[in-house]
Amino acid sequence: MRVRIWGCRGSLPTPGRQSMRYGGNTSCLEVWLDDGSHLILDAGTGIRELGLALVESGRRDFHVCLTHLHLDHLEGLAFFAPVWSAEARVHVWGPASPLRTLEQRIARWFSPPLFPVTLAEVPSQLVFHDVPADAWEIGGLRVDAQPVWHSGPTVGYRVDAGGAVLAYIPDHEPALAADLADRSVDWISGHSLAQGAGVLLHDAQYTLDEYAAHVGWGHSSVDDAVAFARVAGARRLVLFHHDPTHADADLESIEATARELWGGDESPTLAAEGMELTLTAGSGTSASEA
Amino acid sequence: MSRPRPKNVVLIVARELATNLTTPVFLVDARGHVVFYNEPAEAILGRAFSESGEIPADEWRLLFASETSGDTLSAVDDLPSAVAFRERRTVHGELWIEGLDGVRRLVESTALPLFARGREFVGVVVIFWEREAGTA
Repeated sequence: MRVRIWGCRGSLPTPGRQSMRYGGNTSCLEVWLDDGSHLILDAGTGIRELGLALVESGRRDFHVCLTHLHLDHLEGLAFFAPVWSAEARVHVWGPASPLRTLEQRIARWFSPPLFPVTLAEVPSQLVFHDVPADAWEIGGLRVDAQPVWHSGPTVGYRVDAGGAVLAYIPDHEPALAADLADRSVDWISGHSLAQGAGVLLHDAQYTLDEYAAHVGWGHSSVDDAVAFARVAGARRLVLFHHDPTHADADLESIEATARELWGGDESPTLAAEGMELTLTAGSGTSASEA
Repeated sequence: MSRPRPKNVVLIVARELATNLTTPVFLVDARGHVVFYNEPAEAILGRAFSESGEIPADEWRLLFASETSGDTLSAVDDLPSAVAFRERRTVHGELWIEGLDGVRRLVESTALPLFARGREFVGVVVIFWEREAGTA
C-alpha cells in the first residue's frame, strides 16, 4: 500500500516562505495499491493538485473519504478536477449527522455566498455515503471509519491492505475524553483505529504550552499524540495537522519533542507535502519514504 | 490481531462529563451493561466503580433492590433506567433503592437515551440524586 501526502496543514492554508519544507496545503492523502485500488482521505486544498494528476491518469471513478466537514478538510472538493468532469463519478464518504444528510451539509459549501456554483450544477456524478458502522471495501482496501473525539461529527480511518495498516486521525483530542495513561483502551477515542498500525498519521497541532490555551478545541498536543500512539501500539507516528502559525523551524522543534518522548526506534516524523510512504504486510508495519 | 470492541465516542465523552460532575451519574451501554458510574454515584450505590468494574445487565438487575415511594416493591424493569433503555425515551421517577452497601435511600432519577450516528442507540445516561424522605 502506498500513501502520498498532498496536504498536512491544519485549520488554514499557509503558503509562503515559512512553510516551504512541510507545505501549506490543508489535509489530503492519496492511498493506492498496485492493482488500481485507490482512495483519497480528506479534501483540503491539497486535493486540487491531486485532482489534476488524476485527470491526467484517465481514472473515472473516485472515492473521497472525509473525516469531517470543517473547511480545512472540505474546501478543496470544489476545486477537485474530476468534480467538473461529466465522465467522472465521485463517491463522497463522510460521518453521519443527527439531522442533515451528508449531501445537505456539503451543499452548504457549494452554494452562494460561499461558492458560486451549487451541487445541482456540478457535471460529475456525485454519490454521497454515510460511512457504515462496520468496515467496508474499496477495491482491495478494507476501510474502517469510527467516530472520534473532535468538534462535531468526526471519524478517523483505518485502511488495511492485507495486513499493511494505515491509521489516519488528523483531528483528534483523545486526552480530553480520557486519561491516556490509566484508562482501559476500549474507553480511549480512536484506539481501535490505531491499534497496531504500521503508520499512524495523527493530530499534533500544539506544543504542550499551546495546548493549555486550546483545551477543548478538538486537537492534540505533541505529547498527547505520542502518548496515544504508544498506547495504541502504532509502529510509526507521523505528526499531522500542522498549526498555521507554526513555521518550518517551529515544526522541527515539535518533531524533536516527539522524538525525545518516543524513545526507541522508528522515531516520529513530521508529515510533509510530497511525502510518500510504502506500507508492507510482511512485518505488518514497516514503512519507508520515497 | 484482534481489536477490542471500542466504546462509542458518545459514551466516552459522557463518561468524561460524568467524571467532572458532582451530580451522581451512571452510564448503561447498548447491551444494557452498566459501564461506568462516577464518584458521587458511588456514595449512593455503595461501592466504588474501581471495585465493581462494568456490571453486566443480568447482574445489575440482581444487585440493586428497589421499590417505589409506597410500600409495594417496584420491579427492576420499571426503573427509569430500564424504561429508558427499553422504550428509548426519557424517563423521570422517584424510587427507593438499596445499594450495594445495604442502605436504603430515596432518590429521584432521570434517564436519557443516547443516540449517535443519526439514530444509532448507544446507551442511557442516568442522573440521580438522593432526597430526604418526605421532602417535595
